[in-house]
Amino acid sequence: MEVIRDWGLNIKAECGGALSCATCHVYVDKDWMDVVGAPSDEEEDMLDSVGDVRANSRLSCQILMSDALDGLKLTLAPSAAKD
Amino acid sequence: MSTEITTDVVVIGAGPCGLFAAFELGLLDLKCHFIDILDRPGGQCAELYPEKPIYDIPGFPVVTGQDLTDNLMAQIAPFAPEFHFNRMVNSIEKQEDGSFKLATDADEIFHAKVVVIAAGGGSFQPKRPPVENIEAFENKSVFYSVRKMDDFHDQDVVIVGGSDSALDWTLNLQPIVRSLTLVHRRAVFKAAPASVNKMQELVGEGKINFLTGQIGKLDGENGQINHVHLITDAGDLSLPATRLLPFFGLTMKLGPVADWGLELNDNTIKVDTEKFETSVLGIFAIGDINWYPGKLKLILSGFHEAALMARAAKAIVSPGERVVFQYTTSSTKLQKKLGVA
Repeated sequence: MEVIRDWGLNIKAECGGALSCATCHVYVDKDWMDVVGAPSDEEEDMLDSVGDVRANSRLSCQILMSDALDGLKLTLAPSAAKD
Repeated sequence: MSTEITTDVVVIGAGPCGLFAAFELGLLDLKCHFIDILDRPGGQCAELYPEKPIYDIPGFPVVTGQDLTDNLMAQIAPFAPEFHFNRMVNSIEKQEDGSFKLATDADEIFHAKVVVIAAGGGSFQPKRPPVENIEAFENKSVFYSVRKMDDFHDQDVVIVGGSDSALDWTLNLQPIVRSLTLVHRRAVFKAAPASVNKMQELVGEGKINFLTGQIGKLDGENGQINHVHLITDAGDLSLPATRLLPFFGLTMKLGPVADWGLELNDNTIKVDTEKFETSVLGIFAIGDINWYPGKLKLILSGFHEAALMARAAKAIVSPGERVVFQYTTSSTKLQKKLGVA
């Protein structure tokens, strides 16, 4: 989420990474699903507060960047856009 | 006729930084009125993360958002600030004498010598689901809250969401509607178990429907929906409906703040770091809503900003009065104000 935000992309990330808002919602490219992994229960609960969840939905603040994720492809969900 | 209230300081936003401002202003004998869009104090702490632990409040190894709010309320109680909840400030006008006239959406006028904007990320508004054209139906057949039960009498109602609000309104509206369908993206609910059980009983009795899915599209005309299209695991389906209630929680919007003629920096208000005053003399901004070089959006930064702002506010409210810097540990005068001496 920090990487997306700091590059000035259209992401609201309202709570700043506290897993409290779901406004950093992204879709993970299908080739990266296994590497990124599934959301936690708490993240699933938070995803209830957006209306455009798909099977590859994640909250980007909960994806910790590492070398293993070099090249990761994501798509910003409409619900993450600033107003 | 609108209610008129005159005071020293109006604080917009009753989050942690705004609340602490009442303490610092109170020590300088300035009277505060709070205006907040939520129905209780605490701002994001109370609305977004009441149960979540905060670890970076000085002196508190760990404190929840709600406990921090409760403690701040206790700390400012000696100064008896007044709270005006469930309303939003629409406009601020500077008067000829340098004071301010604020108008709220609850038909009140506040007159204040100083305005402190402590509005965090702006005002909380219901989250609008990303559905095309939904704006065209809002407040006519799509509602984000139930203001009048009568609006739902004998209607075909679709409620979307898995929160307490979604479940509570499913149970409350069921007896008066013609049909009710609850839609949630999964069969797991983050709501009181008793409500979930009751809802499942009603589904079992055939009194309501439950579907797992999400809203795809709305059909209707002149603001009146007639069908809600759902995307479900079993495929798309079209549901006849005359009322839609999406419950996806709240989000923050800068709102009218953007129209008050203050110098902004990407949805935040520019301030100086001596007084935390905005580009308009007498209007201050503290906490997450302000910006200055090096700004960190931390509650503790907002507390510091409140203290410095209060000194500058005092100079505006009581011009020429000498303010002696004192400590609460040693000053009997301050302790008297706090009701402990």
